[in-house]
Amino acid sequence: MHMMYFTEQPMSAYDAKAGLDYGATALTFSNSYFDPNEGSRLYNEYLEEYIMAEEYGADGIMLNEHHNAPFCMQARTNMFASILAAVTKRVKIVILGNPLPLTENPVQLAEELAMIDMISKGRLVSGFVRGGGQEQLANGVNPAFNRERFMEAHDLVQKTWTQPGPFRWEGTHYQQRVVNPWAIPMQKPYPRVWIPGVLSKETVIWTAQQRYPYIALNTSIEATKQIHETYDKAAAEVGYVAGPENFGYLIRVHVQDTEEKAMENARQFMWMQGEFTGLANPVWANPAGYFSPSGRRAFVEFSTGRAKNPRGNPTFEQQVNDTMIIAGTPDQVIERLKYLVRETRPGIMGIWANDGNVSKDDRRRCIQLLCGEVMPAIKEYGATLGLNDPWEANAPVHLRYSTDLVGQKVAAE
Amino acid sequence: MSVVWTDTVKQIAGIDLHLTRGGTGPTVLVLHHDIGTVDQLPFYDALAEKFDVLIPHHPGWGKSQRPQWLRSPRDIAAIYAWLLADLEASGVSLIGLGFGGWIAAEMASLAPRDYAGLVLVGAAGIKPAEGEYIADQAIVSYIAYPKSGFHDEAAFARIYGDVSTDQLEAWDIAREMSFRTAWKPYMYSQTLPHLLGGVRAPALIVWGDDDRIVPLSSGQAYARALPGASMTTIPDCGHFAEMEKPDTVAKLAIDFLSRK
Repeated sequence: MHMMYFTEQPMSAYDAKAGLDYGATALTFSNSYFDPNEGSRLYNEYLEEYIMAEEYGADGIMLNEHHNAPFCMQARTNMFASILAAVTKRVKIVILGNPLPLTENPVQLAEELAMIDMISKGRLVSGFVRGGGQEQLANGVNPAFNRERFMEAHDLVQKTWTQPGPFRWEGTHYQQRVVNPWAIPMQKPYPRVWIPGVLSKETVIWTAQQRYPYIALNTSIEATKQIHETYDKAAAEVGYVAGPENFGYLIRVHVQDTEEKAMENARQFMWMQGEFTGLANPVWANPAGYFSPSGRRAFVEFSTGRAKNPRGNPTFEQQVNDTMIIAGTPDQVIERLKYLVRETRPGIMGIWANDGNVSKDDRRRCIQLLCGEVMPAIKEYGATLGLNDPWEANAPVHLRYSTDLVGQKVAAE
Repeated sequence: MSVVWTDTVKQIAGIDLHLTRGGTGPTVLVLHHDIGTVDQLPFYDALAEKFDVLIPHHPGWGKSQRPQWLRSPRDIAAIYAWLLADLEASGVSLIGLGFGGWIAAEMASLAPRDYAGLVLVGAAGIKPAEGEYIADQAIVSYIAYPKSGFHDEAAFARIYGDVSTDQLEAWDIAREMSFRTAWKPYMYSQTLPHLLGGVRAPALIVWGDDDRIVPLSSGQAYARALPGASMTTIPDCGHFAEMEKPDTVAKLAIDFLSRK
């Protein structure tokens, strides 16, 4: 099992009251509340903590990006990935992920990722995401073409990584005269690609069709099982049997020496008060055209206050009861995580450990206990359940490199 | 006097285009807003007293099929030029409402001698004066956006009532089509103002004095770009002028398009 440390890198040093008074902590909440001196301090602290996570035993560091909001300070995931490529030695650098539709130049993105792969000496895992609705609005990218741009940018990146240049690309959303970047990835055929997600069935199916691992982002156990079913069915249709190496799961966990302190800090997972992306107008998260047309009716009803949020708005206590948040001493956390692992059977596990206003000392103690005690215990337990990660399973990077497809004689190299 | 309206479907550019037609007289093509149109409006009935009125649903909006390839109001303008050719209509006047005004202006720019008259009501399509912006529907809710286009909220309620879920869905689809055709730059063309100087059709620019969606300065830019255009504002009126002040807008349009 592959176990990663994750934090949203919260910009906790802002006036929370200002956000509540304004009624939103995303997109249009003014950046006049951002203090770059505090930003500098936090960026550097978070960087030190990633290095600690490696020292204490994490297999990977999971990175992401968001825009125009205090809940996440990373505006470009490749920047932290580049720094970590140079300053860490062993951990996988797991980008989950680059929001493909936001790029106007997928070739340069492919080039940047190849550089990170080389600088890290082959430790890059290059996840891709559609990006949330607010990310499209913050970057001026048309939400109505989000999925088309995701698919086409993926295909162009993949071709850039695997087909010798120069070649030309004349797509619907991207046109490139000469694709021939000199930086290409060190890992062959190309760095592993994992796809994280929350809601979209279309993405689960597409991910299974590529044979990429799907990382469920803190979905309920029930929803996670449904994701597996959808994935398994799509995998069977293209000729392979999905295993734990095809699934990842991200869970919020906070560990301290006492249960009381762990619970107190875990409440910071509720820091943003609303959705995990902060207080926001629903149409920012789901601008027209971004979401599947099948969800249109339910969404317009929810967004105008006529229906409940389909994702619910559970309290902290409910989320602890439902194993959406785990907090406690190492022993307590290990017990709950074992239950979760039994139920969801992931080969890849992300631990979202610190959010909001957890103090520097507590964040670091959490990392020590988590990476030093909890992760090894869960890895050992996972091994007894046969929960292999993609490296342990020697899984193909993409469907096209499979050698075990039903009816297949020779791998299509 | 009640008007008989007939709905038909026209095959244009690979899609089924919905067209409502009613009234008798010279032909007038009415082009609806970015939020689509309801089926019945007093404004439409008033026009049909004097004209043969064509009210299509824009491709992708309302009951018209979506062309996946559609990218701009200029594409929609070409579809309507095709429609008029198929209908063998000539001497047609154009009434463009908001976003539909942009389409009408594109049509006039592409065929400067073809139209008998041009009435633009709160038309999008030209960048407003420095420091002013066309309101961005992407960041406001489905109900807040249309509401902001009325000076008097009672006028909004008169048309939409409590707003049905079907209407909300139609607005979401309309919003998606607005993004597909007018995302960036949002709701204007950088080339259109340079292409209007050849238009021969007499043009009337009508603006609500409280238009919070397309600033009045866009209307002034149209008045400058279209040769011999005249401009008038309607007091206590928002962007959706034909819904808020139907009699006033209908009278202005009828008088203007009927004059010799």
